Amino acid sequence: MIWIDTVLQGILLGGLYALFAAGLSLVFGIMRLVNLAHGDLIVMGAYLILVLVTLLGLPPFAALLIAMPVMFCLGWGLQKFLLNRTLGDDILPPLLVTFGLSVVLQNALLETFSADSQRLPTDALTTASLQVGPIALGVMPLLTFASAVLVIVGLNQLFYRTSLGRAFRATSDDAVTASLMGIRPANIFATATGIALVIVTIAALYLGLRANFDPNIGPARLIYAFEAVIIGGLGSLWGTLAGGIIIGVAQTVGAAVNPEWQILSGHIAFLIVLLVRPRGLFPRAND
Amino acid sequence: MALLQTSGLTAGYGDFQALFGVNIELGEAETVAIIGANGAGKTTLMRSIAGVLRNETSSVRFDGADIGTLTADEIVTRGVAMVPEGRRLFPSLSVEENLLIGAYGRRGGGHWTLETIYGLFPILAERRHSPGTALSGGQQQMVAIGRALMSNPRVLLCDEISLGLAPVVIKDIYRAVPAIKAAGASLIVVEQDIAQALAVADRVYCMMEGRITLSGTPDSLSRDAIHDAYFGAGQ
Amino acid sequence: MSYSVSVQTPASRVATAAAAVLILVLIALPFFAGRGTIRDMFFILTMLVLAQFWNLLAGYGGLVSIGQQAFVGAGAYALFGAVILWGIDPVPAILLSGVAALVIAVPTAFFAFRLNGAYFAIGTWVIAEVVRLLVAQWKTLGGGTGTSLPREATRDMWFVSLIEDALGVRSAAARDILAYWLALLLALATIGGIYWLLRTRRGLALAAVRDNVEAAKSVGVDASRMKWIVFLTSALGTGLAGGLIYMQKARISPDAAFSVTDWTAYVIFIVVIGGIGTIEGPIIGVLVFFALQSLLADFGSWYLMSLGVLAIVVMLVAPRGLWGLLSGRTGLHLFPIRRRLSGGQLTQAEE
Repeated sequence: MIWIDTVLQGILLGGLYALFAAGLSLVFGIMRLVNLAHGDLIVMGAYLILVLVTLLGLPPFAALLIAMPVMFCLGWGLQKFLLNRTLGDDILPPLLVTFGLSVVLQNALLETFSADSQRLPTDALTTASLQVGPIALGVMPLLTFASAVLVIVGLNQLFYRTSLGRAFRATSDDAVTASLMGIRPANIFATATGIALVIVTIAALYLGLRANFDPNIGPARLIYAFEAVIIGGLGSLWGTLAGGIIIGVAQTVGAAVNPEWQILSGHIAFLIVLLVRPRGLFPRAND
Repeated sequence: MALLQTSGLTAGYGDFQALFGVNIELGEAETVAIIGANGAGKTTLMRSIAGVLRNETSSVRFDGADIGTLTADEIVTRGVAMVPEGRRLFPSLSVEENLLIGAYGRRGGGHWTLETIYGLFPILAERRHSPGTALSGGQQQMVAIGRALMSNPRVLLCDEISLGLAPVVIKDIYRAVPAIKAAGASLIVVEQDIAQALAVADRVYCMMEGRITLSGTPDSLSRDAIHDAYFGAGQ
Repeated sequence: MSYSVSVQTPASRVATAAAAVLILVLIALPFFAGRGTIRDMFFILTMLVLAQFWNLLAGYGGLVSIGQQAFVGAGAYALFGAVILWGIDPVPAILLSGVAALVIAVPTAFFAFRLNGAYFAIGTWVIAEVVRLLVAQWKTLGGGTGTSLPREATRDMWFVSLIEDALGVRSAAARDILAYWLALLLALATIGGIYWLLRTRRGLALAAVRDNVEAAKSVGVDASRMKWIVFLTSALGTGLAGGLIYMQKARISPDAAFSVTDWTAYVIFIVVIGGIGTIEGPIIGVLVFFALQSLLADFGSWYLMSLGVLAIVVMLVAPRGLWGLLSGRTGLHLFPIRRRLSGGQLTQAEE
């Protein structure tokens, strides 16, 4: 019974990792850009929500509604004015610029908020749990997982049902021809990063509600997100959720055996998948 | 006054110069053909007008305004659309989505909608949900033309639309030209097939090595003059 | 009408002479410089070695790794393991650091080469994390909290008493001087070795692979073999540097020895600011880095922030770095790799 509980907790934790990863997957899918500052942006989102909660006295979920448009604008500007300038055939500029950005963000957060760990305020609902038969499931992990599924459903709708989604796919296929359709690739990329940061903000909310955070934890979130994306297969959003679940389950099972093995087992699971299925579980056909 | 005009247009890729001062004109409701051998600069000329390559100020004028320094997306919005060489359909998009994305930069209404495009090329209605790249070459070319028409352009640039297609298929595609003209578009057609170009065009420009070497109406040009302009005199 | 092909430039001949003088001065440094200077120079030289190897990997091999801390840490822990568990002297144990890094590098390459570009970068990082977490489980070497080199091992280290007698210094200062000389030796061997590698046929092949994998393959260059050679060479050198750095520190913990900031971020900034893809770049970069650190170290996170901003600006505005700006303006090449055709008559068409 304890094992079923462990695996269920792992699946729900996978929802959080899928939220970390969805934005990374979106940006990579559209412009082949890997943002090494992704994890630090999640942490920054958590601090933004914290500031809104403390300054305005808002509940965290209300603060999220304000933080999302702010982060969208930030992502839009970041892509339009900085990251677009790094795109091209050479892989060095985007990697090194986003790596630099990661270090800058981490230290800016450290300077502003100190290294002390913080947490978003929780209330009765968020600490409650549901009794399903003999197993108790936390409301917060369930909410996280549901949000991850909603985000992925929403992104799929956006991609396959809207004019903007068509423009995303067309620009991803061939940016020059897309510009002949009246699409401005620079703006499409900016919008994509804006949307990625909206998802980052949702991830940040759950990060801050579920556990403590400090300015240094960004890179580890980037790594979990990256592992989920690779396990799922590049460009597949449902694959990313599956990847998140695999990392989540590996971590909770590892932790159940020995608490020190939690993070390590996640990484090992990733390496095993990489060994067996180098292109991930659900690779996109034309890549 | 000409609807579209280039004056002293130069263009190139990096250190390589492909166009050396090209002057062409396209009148309202006119069809102009540009012929020339491989590497004459025809595609470069199309890409320059469409804004894929950046140009000097006032080297390209459209409808009385300077569009030489505008980007491709701005130029489409103003009413100049291009069917690119090699069709370049979006592989992730279905036939219908390829057509719909052609209307992305459209402002206001016009003759061309999904229905009228399917009326022009009925086969596309049958294949509307297939991936664009699953179609035959001729059908793909129809999608590429339909996609460009979806922006309801006043000028349609067609770059080598018969390239690699069987003669019977080429005929099918050129059968659409009168309808395109009737809907109010002027055309610039780049062709390697001289007979086809002479048949469809009101006027013809011949290019060689990045320059216009000959121009006139089809019946004013002798075969020898075209031959010389095409391959260079004295060869 | 005779042509000759050479790689030397007039500047490189002057540089050779100047370098000879500089090397003599650096060897003699402990005879007239204080202990602080020696320690600073040790820091500069070891960072230079790390930077040269990362540059070989990313700048010449096109393999952007964010996991070099795996090899620093593996090398350092191998040294501590050899000294503490087997009682080997720390100086020869440095060689085991290189071996350990190689041993880690083989499976790392096996996994990471399945990933491309940016994913290779994060993949190497994941593996470095795995190695760190595994080492933290190694209880005999202090687990997560780390351990120190035993006092007798550092006191009786090879050459230390010799240096004490020759220079008339205390044991602690003699250890610093020994570490400095070893770092100087490693740095010179690194620069010389990389310069030699780049000038051989392998080096030409490397440049070909970096510029265009497909074209290189078509002329018979085995791209994946070149990737392996570069990756293993970098791992070996990085591991040796890691062993040396921690021999001097004499105290280790997994978080410090596998620090992505200290052993990869700093190194990337050094190479990018100085000029990626050149041997001169990391040299300029490490000097700028040291100057900035001396000026700004008191400002803590502001220091890292300004380094990051500087690296971003350099990458966007001058992607060839400070050395690229300088050599672009002056045509200066201290370590020329390009073969130059001279003599005969070049007509305009040939140019």
